[in-house]
Amino acid sequence: MLILTCPCCGVSAEETEFSNGGEAHLKRFGPGSSDDDFESYMFNRKNPRGVHFERWRHAYGCGKWFIAARCTVTLEVFATYPAQTTEPPADVVKKIKARRSEWEGFA
Amino acid sequence: MSEPVSALGGAQYAGMVELAEAGPRGMITVRGDLALPALASAVKKITGAAMPARRQASTGAKGAVAWMSPDELLLFVDYAAAAPSVAALEAALAGEFVTIADVSDARAVLTLKGSQACDVLAKICPVDFADLPVGGIRRSRAAQIAAAIWREEQDEYTVICFRSHARYMWDMLSQLARPGGEVGLYR
Repeated sequence: MLILTCPCCGVSAEETEFSNGGEAHLKRFGPGSSDDDFESYMFNRKNPRGVHFERWRHAYGCGKWFIAARCTVTLEVFATYPAQTTEPPADVVKKIKARRSEWEGFA
Repeated sequence: MSEPVSALGGAQYAGMVELAEAGPRGMITVRGDLALPALASAVKKITGAAMPARRQASTGAKGAVAWMSPDELLLFVDYAAAAPSVAALEAALAGEFVTIADVSDARAVLTLKGSQACDVLAKICPVDFADLPVGGIRRSRAAQIAAAIWREEQDEYTVICFRSHARYMWDMLSQLARPGGEVGLYR
């Protein structure tokens, strides 16, 4: 069971109030991109064991999307932050590093 | 003009808590930038209530206004006042990027009163009601349906759900409020 704090409305709630939207920070490759790039964008996911960035929607609450940084092994939630970012903000990276010093960083 | 018909015909139930359907209520959804000064003054004019803070609802002489999300408000007025209020809001906010909709007949409003009210709600909502202050509103889930729970007084709650879910909500709450089902979690 995850307890997530929605950065849009500030509510801390358990995961059944949210819905998962898959891996966050994907770079879209649309029309005109190479087949390899498109295939990678369309199908390839990191599926890491450890630190993971996920999109979540506060479906039963304010209805907004946000991103959660969490550990897929321990379910520890490091931080949640607004979805209008293309990579994890510096303070989130710092929080993760403090908890998982072996983490190689966002790539 | 035809009489308004609420979802449950003003049903009432007295058990662990006093449960009632609030009957026809004028409700208006406003979506847009909540920081607009024109919005605050229009809301004040229609409901008499000030703009609510985040996750709060405020009450005025003619109605109430609840914060539903960072860009959404729900205004409560008399049922008959809903249509003129929508027109007044549209006039006051002409040219601004907002959407205004009369949702009076799209929602059902139930009230719970009594010292066990939050225990009854806590049976179906993943919410810690100790964190919900008086005057606060919390959108969440009640069993399988979406609900907004507004704590109007210490032991008085207003539950808002979709009209089509009203019977489900009613059957569930009246079942959970049967005497003998006290949990005593919040005392």
